[in-house]
Amino acid sequence: MKHLIDPTDLTVQEIDEILDLALDIIDNKEKYSESCKGKKLATLFFEPSTRTRLSFEAAMMELGGNVLGFSSADSSSATKGESVGDTVKVVSCYADIIAMRHPKEGAPLLASMLADVPVINAGDGGHNHPTQTLTDLLTIRREKGRLNNFTIGLCGDLKFGRTVHSLIKALSRYSGIKFVLISPKELKVPEYIITEVFEKNNIEYEEVTTMEEVIDRLDIIYMTRVQKERFFNEAEYVRLKDSYILDMNKLKNAKKDLSILHPLPRVNEIATEVDADPRACYFRQALNGKYVRMALMLTLLGVNV
Amino acid sequence: MKIDSIQNGVVLDHITAGMALRVYKDLGLDKFDCSIAVLQNVKSNKMGKKDILKIDKSYDINLDVLGYIDPNITVSIIRDGQTVEKKKLALPQKLINIKKCKNPRCITSVETDIPHIFKLTDEENRVYRCIYCEADK
Repeated sequence: MKHLIDPTDLTVQEIDEILDLALDIIDNKEKYSESCKGKKLATLFFEPSTRTRLSFEAAMMELGGNVLGFSSADSSSATKGESVGDTVKVVSCYADIIAMRHPKEGAPLLASMLADVPVINAGDGGHNHPTQTLTDLLTIRREKGRLNNFTIGLCGDLKFGRTVHSLIKALSRYSGIKFVLISPKELKVPEYIITEVFEKNNIEYEEVTTMEEVIDRLDIIYMTRVQKERFFNEAEYVRLKDSYILDMNKLKNAKKDLSILHPLPRVNEIATEVDADPRACYFRQALNGKYVRMALMLTLLGVNV
Repeated sequence: MKIDSIQNGVVLDHITAGMALRVYKDLGLDKFDCSIAVLQNVKSNKMGKKDILKIDKSYDINLDVLGYIDPNITVSIIRDGQTVEKKKLALPQKLINIKKCKNPRCITSVETDIPHIFKLTDEENRVYRCIYCEADK
């Protein structure tokens, strides 16, 4: 049985097949509308989420399937002290596939070791968020027409931002990509990403502290929120949260075909004036999230249309 | 100093000087009721000085624990006073319940019944990462 826990659980070929399927779904929605009839998705969200949970649920509904689950740990038996393992063993009896978000890192991996149905990691603490990565890859492929040979800037909280870690790991397997890491020194990418992803694979990367010094060289800029819940210390959060804000003034020197991505939700790191700029892709990116989750669930459920 | 040879048991030689007590503890030898000799700072041509452990009992030694502590330790199995086997150690690919993940954000910090599993990710620098959260501590 196949699960999706880490973005590298999928080979490059498998990722490309999922993206191809997502593109086919976009072009032929009717063809897939009954493809998961009788199937049930369980969304086990031990931590609040808007778009990830709703996009999973919308994805299953558009495939003709049904959805059950909970949207916070408070409304599950976790409050009674039930283990993750017991929860997924029980839910395996009721659902055909599980999407799990959990504040503790590695919880979905543990779930996949014990569940009888495919488990999808819908975000585990500051660790991984592979379906966001698939969303990002689909967005880049739709916006740029390719998944190689570009310079991508990753900006904001690169230390705790799980979407960034997952995206770096996934993109590191494609050729000709240069990474520009833009963050305050307190929120730099973890050392293991540098040594075990960039250096080990001989990938070109650069660490800078301001957006202005690199914006003209970027083909893609991936903005992230400085997340309050990832800090142990509130004073640190207040000090850093406004460090990296993208506005029309900063975009003056950017390429005409720059693609601005953001996993959302944003707080104020992209000024709303940027929304009307055709280079802003983040709402299209949110829509892509639904299509790629449809393609992923069809793949993990082994449904051929 | 003269320590008698053992008849049936295990000799751990070429332990880095000062590490014998850690090996003793990590192998759980404090729970054994047989004779155990802990020799520290023994003269060695190869190492200058070394530690040696002699365990006067035949048992299946956990080679993963030893390999993790020091892959250069020599393990000799003794039967009827003769060395019948020398086991070669290597850095284990996987550690199961040998070390605990210290990341407070890891699922192992709240689910206490699950095994702590680490995978070798960098042999040269002996880096092991928790399979759940990928922390190396």
